[in-house]
Amino acid sequence: MPDGDTRNVLEVRGLRTVFETRRGEVHAVNSVSFEVKPGELLGVVGESGSGKSVTMMSLVGLLPSPPAEVREGKVLLDGEDLLQVTPARLRDIRGSDVGFIFQDPMTSLNPVFTVGFQIMEPVRRHMGLNKKQARARAIELLELVGIPGAAGRLSDYPHQFSGGMRQRVMIAIALACDPKVLIADEPTTALDVTIQAQILEIIEDLRSKLGMAIVWITHDLGVIAGIADRVAVMYGGQIVEHAEVFPLFNDPRHPYTRALLKTIPTVSGKRAAKLQVIEGQPPMLGAAPTACAFRDRCPLAFERCHAENPQRETVGPGHDVACFHPLAHTAKEGAA
Amino acid sequence: MLTFTIRRLLFAIPTLLFIALVIFLLLELAPGDPMANVPLTVPPEIKEQMRQALGLGEPVHIRFWKWIVQFFWVEPLNVFDYLFDTNFADGRLRIISWQNRAPVFITIAERIPQTLWVVGTAYLVAIAIAIPVGIYSAYRQYSAFDQVGTFVTMIGFSVPPFFSGVLVIIIFAVQLRWFPSIYDTRLVVDSWESFGMQVRQMFLPVMVLALQITSQLSRFMRASMLDNLNQDYVRTARAKGLREKTVVLVHVLRNSMIPVVTVIALGVPAIFGGAIITEQVFKVNGIGQLLITAIQANDLPMVQTLTFIFAVLIVLFNLIADVLYGILDPRIRYD
Ligand SMILES: Nc1ncnc2c1ncn2[C@@H]1O[C@H](COP(=O)(O)OP(=O)(O)OP(=O)(O)O)[C@@H](O)[C@H]1O
Ligand code: SF4
Ligand SMILES: [Mg+2]
Repeated sequence: MPDGDTRNVLEVRGLRTVFETRRGEVHAVNSVSFEVKPGELLGVVGESGSGKSVTMMSLVGLLPSPPAEVREGKVLLDGEDLLQVTPARLRDIRGSDVGFIFQDPMTSLNPVFTVGFQIMEPVRRHMGLNKKQARARAIELLELVGIPGAAGRLSDYPHQFSGGMRQRVMIAIALACDPKVLIADEPTTALDVTIQAQILEIIEDLRSKLGMAIVWITHDLGVIAGIADRVAVMYGGQIVEHAEVFPLFNDPRHPYTRALLKTIPTVSGKRAAKLQVIEGQPPMLGAAPTACAFRDRCPLAFERCHAENPQRETVGPGHDVACFHPLAHTAKEGAA
Repeated sequence: MLTFTIRRLLFAIPTLLFIALVIFLLLELAPGDPMANVPLTVPPEIKEQMRQALGLGEPVHIRFWKWIVQFFWVEPLNVFDYLFDTNFADGRLRIISWQNRAPVFITIAERIPQTLWVVGTAYLVAIAIAIPVGIYSAYRQYSAFDQVGTFVTMIGFSVPPFFSGVLVIIIFAVQLRWFPSIYDTRLVVDSWESFGMQVRQMFLPVMVLALQITSQLSRFMRASMLDNLNQDYVRTARAKGLREKTVVLVHVLRNSMIPVVTVIALGVPAIFGGAIITEQVFKVNGIGQLLITAIQANDLPMVQTLTFIFAVLIVLFNLIADVLYGILDPRIRYD
């Protein structure tokens, strides 16, 4: 594991993303800050609609604009602010320095082009390889993600692969140009459990081999516990708690995190429900928050929670929480 | 794919025979007497003789069989003779028009060039305009371009050619005198000057037809592009850092073209069908006009043959559309 003095490869500060829809603004991401170091895996959890995907897509300009608008913040990739660079520079970064894996491998590949073509595309675009070199690289990548008979499968179409194999192809594409940061947006949610385990194994293996930083979005706290170094919990477009894995699972301080942990099913290996077991609805934010986003569902809410939006405060080494009433370690049993 | 095509071709034979029978029987049932135009002064015995001479005395199934033989055997032989200067077809009776007593295929062959020139050109013009317009309107959905496009398309959809045709004749032929209002079939294109004349006389009917076809096709292209622009694979393509042009014109377009190509192929028989109304308005004596006059004159062999040719083309282009679909979409497997 990398220690404290390694530089952050990706550093996000005060990111704010707003959708301008016909029915008014939707403040999907509100002052989100996080960072990852090379070789580190940051898990991001939160229920549906908490802004996980929008946050990650904002980093490299993947959101359609309009309606999306990144209003504030800094996204420093090795010190270069991606929110300030030209669109052309951003395209150079996408697919080379920053790789993306998406949730649904069934629809994320273009059905009418061969898998080989789709893997070679970023390689040729970013690394300037010729056809032959790109082909060799594509075979190498398919072998890396464990697709048997790689050379023979380049001319196959996505529909000729199973879901798990397609997700491996997606990983191969994301890793094509040796990215510094890999962003995986629920890469295993659409797969069944055994395949999910295989994909996790591949990612773990590649992380140690290639040493890139990984941001892993998921609903599944069980997965996070297994692979993450640190975890950020998102709610209402904000990070409400952030800590290393062990403290987060052992000593959750935010009432939302605590509620989340209760939703983990007891039978190990079984996939977590969509985290909607917590009573109430996630908020729809029509304006920048002026109160705690969790107040309507929080058992501990008091006046201040309705008047002010809590900021992240350090409560322990590498552990911070955005709550006026952080549950003390000892109060754990009694509260919530 | 090859076996699929062969199987489909074989399957087309009974289909076509059945269609032929239906057309034949329908026309048999249709009211109308081929002798209706014969002057009343002609005595009934003579009329009966004329009837016999046209082969109307024989039972239905015999006449159907004769027509089938003529269509599938005698007429192809004649084409062969014409092409290779042989005389296999000598002495065999061709399908004869009741109107002018000439073989119907000769009349059709005379009329086809006009139709192909006017309707075919309109089709090509429409494709050439509709595809880029559809792509751009979808990519810039709700932009000024898209709004104007939607408006023009609506007009193209809702204004029928018998109105727009007359309108452009009044404006551009009668008032402005830029283009002739009547299509002159006798014009022989043998110089740049006569070519210019041909272009000018084609211009108005082509535009009237192209407006209609472009409207339909560009809407279809736009819808197909919009379907695909929101797909996950488009996000993947962008996440790879591909240029926007590559994302849209390679990834999205390749998928969007699949249904559009099919629709274009399915529309080809309509070109041969001619544009009945537009041909009437501009006095283009193409296939559409031929069909109308044949119907009016109760010329059954001509109507039968033309209708059946359309049926053959429709069956054929359905097959072509299916094959194209299989070629364009790797997910389709025909076996
Ligand atoms: N195109 C859009 N227009 C308007 N609002 C949007 C748009 N895309 C996302 N949002 C809003 O942004 C918020 C965050 O969505 P996001 O997709 O980031 O959630 P998520 O945490 O990734 O959820 P999931 O777990 O379901 O993937 C949602 O509340 C959604 O309403
Ligand atoms: S700030 Fe208040 S409402 Fe929000 S989580 Fe903490 S206690 Fe609950
Ligand atoms: Mg998401």
